[in-house]
Amino acid sequence: MSGAGQSPPAPPSPTDALFRPVMAALLSYWLRQPLQLLTLVLGLALATALWSGVQAINAEARASYARAAAVLGQDQRDSLVPTVTGGGVDLTDFVRLRRAGWRVAPVIEGELPPDIGRLSVLGVDYLSLPPPDATAGEAQGVIPGEEAAPTYERAFAAPETLATLAPTARAALPPLAPSDMLPPGLLLTDISVAQRLLGRPGAIDRLIVLEPPAVWAPPLETLAPGLRRVAAGSALDGAQTGGVGRLADSFHLNLTAFGLLAFAVGLFIVHGAIGLAMEQRRGVFRTLRALGVPLATLIAALLVELLALALVAGLLGVAMGYGVAATLLPDVSATLEGLYGARIAGGLSFRPVWWLGGLAVALLGTLIAAAGALAQVVRLPVLAPARPRAWAMASRGGHRVQALAGLGLLAGAAATARWGAGVLAPLAGDQPGRLLAGFSLLAMLLLGAALLLPTLLGAGLSLGHRLTRWLAPGPLREWFWADTRQQLPGLSLALMALLLALAANIGVGTMVSSFRQTFTAYLDQRLAAELYVTARSDAEARAIAGWLAGRADAVLPLWRAEGRVATPAGPRAATIYGITDHATYRRNWPVLTALPDAWDRVADGTGAMVNEQLWRQDGIGPGDALNIGGAPLAVVGVYSDFGNLEGQVLISPPPLRARYPGAEGRRLVVRAPADAVAGLTARLRQRFALPPAALIDQAALKARSLRIFEQTFTVTAALNALTLSVAAFAIFTSLLTLSQMRLPQLAPVWAMGLTRRKLAMLELGRSVLLAVATFLLALPLGLLLAWVLLAVVNVAAFGWRLPMQLFPADWAILLALAVVAALLAAAIPVRRLARTPPTTFLQVFAHER
Amino acid sequence: MSARIPPYPFARRLIALLLACIFSGPALAQGFAGLGRDAQGYALPDPGRALDFPRDHGPHPGFRIEWWYLTANLRGADGREYGVQWTLFRSALRPGDSDIGGVNWSSPQVWLGHAGLTTPERHFSAQRLARGGLGHAGARATPFAAWIDDWEMVADAEVTEDPRPADPDALDRLELRAAAPGFAFDLALRAEGPLVAHGQGGYSVKSAEGQASRYYSQPFYRVSGQLFLPPGAGAAGLAVEGTAWLDREWSSQPLSAGQEGWDWFSLGLEDGTKVMAFRLREAEGPGFTSGTWITRDGQATPLPPGAIVMDPLEYARIDGRRVPVAWRLRIAERGLDITTRPLNPESWMDVSPPYWEGPISFEGSHRGKGYLEMTGYGD
Repeated sequence: MSGAGQSPPAPPSPTDALFRPVMAALLSYWLRQPLQLLTLVLGLALATALWSGVQAINAEARASYARAAAVLGQDQRDSLVPTVTGGGVDLTDFVRLRRAGWRVAPVIEGELPPDIGRLSVLGVDYLSLPPPDATAGEAQGVIPGEEAAPTYERAFAAPETLATLAPTARAALPPLAPSDMLPPGLLLTDISVAQRLLGRPGAIDRLIVLEPPAVWAPPLETLAPGLRRVAAGSALDGAQTGGVGRLADSFHLNLTAFGLLAFAVGLFIVHGAIGLAMEQRRGVFRTLRALGVPLATLIAALLVELLALALVAGLLGVAMGYGVAATLLPDVSATLEGLYGARIAGGLSFRPVWWLGGLAVALLGTLIAAAGALAQVVRLPVLAPARPRAWAMASRGGHRVQALAGLGLLAGAAATARWGAGVLAPLAGDQPGRLLAGFSLLAMLLLGAALLLPTLLGAGLSLGHRLTRWLAPGPLREWFWADTRQQLPGLSLALMALLLALAANIGVGTMVSSFRQTFTAYLDQRLAAELYVTARSDAEARAIAGWLAGRADAVLPLWRAEGRVATPAGPRAATIYGITDHATYRRNWPVLTALPDAWDRVADGTGAMVNEQLWRQDGIGPGDALNIGGAPLAVVGVYSDFGNLEGQVLISPPPLRARYPGAEGRRLVVRAPADAVAGLTARLRQRFALPPAALIDQAALKARSLRIFEQTFTVTAALNALTLSVAAFAIFTSLLTLSQMRLPQLAPVWAMGLTRRKLAMLELGRSVLLAVATFLLALPLGLLLAWVLLAVVNVAAFGWRLPMQLFPADWAILLALAVVAALLAAAIPVRRLARTPPTTFLQVFAHER
Repeated sequence: MSARIPPYPFARRLIALLLACIFSGPALAQGFAGLGRDAQGYALPDPGRALDFPRDHGPHPGFRIEWWYLTANLRGADGREYGVQWTLFRSALRPGDSDIGGVNWSSPQVWLGHAGLTTPERHFSAQRLARGGLGHAGARATPFAAWIDDWEMVADAEVTEDPRPADPDALDRLELRAAAPGFAFDLALRAEGPLVAHGQGGYSVKSAEGQASRYYSQPFYRVSGQLFLPPGAGAAGLAVEGTAWLDREWSSQPLSAGQEGWDWFSLGLEDGTKVMAFRLREAEGPGFTSGTWITRDGQATPLPPGAIVMDPLEYARIDGRRVPVAWRLRIAERGLDITTRPLNPESWMDVSPPYWEGPISFEGSHRGKGYLEMTGYGD
């Protein structure tokens, strides 16, 4: 920088010679203001931390998915699965396929009994599909003492999975070897071992197609009509596959949005801190410029200073981000597993990508935050005295521009809400387009509202001022209002941060609570029957139904087939249920909209109900004719269907079986008095030797669903709390710095007889006032945010829409939190004010600038 | 004793590699691919027991290793020479469980198939691996069948219904098929002579220490059928005719610890005589040779250790390995002194572990064609 490097031997220019002293002059400021330096660095670090923490979580999760999808190359290999859902692959089919030249490998999947451990088991034929590490030979190593284990008796798992296994689990499992290629929570064994562990001797769930069949091999339909071929990656539900992609993606999109929000909040802090540092060094700048320092040198020195700060803060932030991610990851992991069945590693590995990304974001954020301040330095009139009040006045013009920009963004948000999906959908593909529209809408809404905030607050304060003048005039009161308005420009950035944090809190909180209430009510409706029985075959189901006939209030067979329905966008896979007409459905089914005689038409076989996924995503609604299994039926109603991604159709059993001769009728919906369920379950289990999973009682199912749900939003809650703390920190830094700037304004009031204590109380009151005002503005914004989340983002991501409900009690708590945050933030500056020695106040008059 | 020995090591080695747990490092050092380990718990060949057909055509699950090994020297309708190899190995991962029928997901039996097709310019190879106990791979004596996936060697159904008058055998008429990416063959085999037992009534000694196997052959097949070759390597659906040689061998420990590999010849002399000759190479010393002289009518005479002298004449470098592909082979007591040449010096079976196996022709005191298998070179 100083020209002392290897630059060509030109005579040192005056610019270069000046750089060092200018830099020294600038930096000396921070020596005198260590607290301000700390806020700047910490603010930037916090912002970077939240951003990179969220990114780290996402990166970890994606890596886990990729590992899961790639187990044994399943992401690239087709599968053969039974056409009848829930059925298995016959060994004879497997043998026939192999003998005919189809190179397929049998696979079994399942969850270990809970008493062994929470592990998914993937059993493959080791001889068709060698385990990943075996071919690597000794490089992988084996656990000492287990070399002699018989061939098939070796299981593989990720090292982190092995580390978490309880000794009891180890004892129940075959000898284990570590494999880096397996996703967490998955145990890879030979199929014979997996069958034993899962208690399903001889069972095959599906076949993996190892190589394309020879051209002369007979087609699948001839060899095994009971199997169908599904493309790589799409066939596999369950824990160890990438099939959860779409849902999990939207979850990560949510996380990313949160990270961005947090970063924006952090940027407000940085912007405030930098703006303040610039403002306070105006005198220095002016002096330096008056001494003949070229503008370019000054700007260069400032840039170097900022970038150095950004680098330090960025590094700190990434390190903190690692901490955030490491802390949150177990929750994220629990959420994803609970909601989507996707397993991600509980441990965090260090990925250079998000290290560098975090640093870049910190640098970029600093530059963005400093751009305005630097521009002011460029325009600084060398000879004009720098007075805070003048700055405040001058910035009013800026506020006007800002407010206009805010209005423009809100208008954009409205337009996006109205037309956004239509415009964006073609650009980004249908569903991502709608999601993109949802998130753009969120961004515009939040930013627009934040930009409008100072103007709105200013207007509110003016109104308060005027009201005070009319209703209870008094010099002190009027001064309070005027002084509050005077402070607004300095505080507005911090208040914007608070606004965003509060709005996010209200929005996300409303969404979660609405979700919970609706979900609970939905469970009550949807799980109206007391007992659900899944038999192992249609015949067994008939036998059970016969046995139950005199013992339960009602036994309703439930038929099911996997089929396709015609939608405007083309055929879509859907599950078709054949339901037996009963009051259970008529009374409780969560119908959203239906024709008046809907249930009668379903019962007589002329009508079909569709779930809201088909309705909202494919536009199939009452009055339409829906082609199901080759013949149309009239759609007579729509019902809500949370937690499901796929299309679903309800019709009566006769038309179902006519269309799908292979439909299975293994399920029974049983109505019985609640107190009889336990006894009935026990006797059924005994009489028919049913496995535990075959009988599900409503109470247990509800409890399990709710538990999963609660887990889902733990991460949201944690991020919410973090954002709010960042906002509180922003207010704190702003107030802290303002308190020093404001001495000149306070000194005259003090001189007129107001005690320091009283002044301090007024300061506290002002903080609370501003916090409350900001909260009042955040409330509608937060509700809007909730609406966007519920009505736009959720529909786009999941296909279900939730009715929005209001939770005033939550708002009261949040308001209290905001006030407490403001009070805490104001406490130190106020305390300092109350202790300011009178001489300092006096010096204001002595050293008036 | 030929190729058979190889299978054992091959299968063992392959499975060891695949499962990373069968053999510890030191075991691998005991002879080629761990062949020299002891046979604890497995059945051992009994010199006092006579071969029993058709039962012995089927599997012997109590033994550790077993194979159905067929090689064919063919001439195509295009006038060119071809060679085909089809092998099914059975390997028991652990002793004791000798039940081979019925469904058993935990069956210790593992089946391994190798197929090769040699042209003067190219050599194709492929392998198949399957667990026993399910049915997609296996073997049975009556009606005879040995199969792995869509590769199979089965008794010709028509003929089994039409027993021939003189001493028919289940292996007299076979169909043989294999297909892999790049090549396929479909051959019909007709035996024109009797089965031949090696060693003492099928008890074939493999080392000076007495390691042995059960070993018999059907060296008298006449072959017709079709080869399927990729474009550029030959005509599609090429009609071929020729001769073939089937080896059946089972054992539980066919090599001694110091033996590193082998060179095995099956020769068809122009006068109809067949010769089987092998040498088990030892780290120290000349190695162990043995063989069988088979007259045109199937009279077999063992060639005692030392009766056969083999000397490599030329080497080929294949994948960095130095492999002797031309040999001088002498059997003084029979007046045989020949020089063998490979149809394709690069008849390399690219399976695990890899080995050399391909058709040869020879001249000198006698002329004819045959097959050569060499293991343990530079792997």
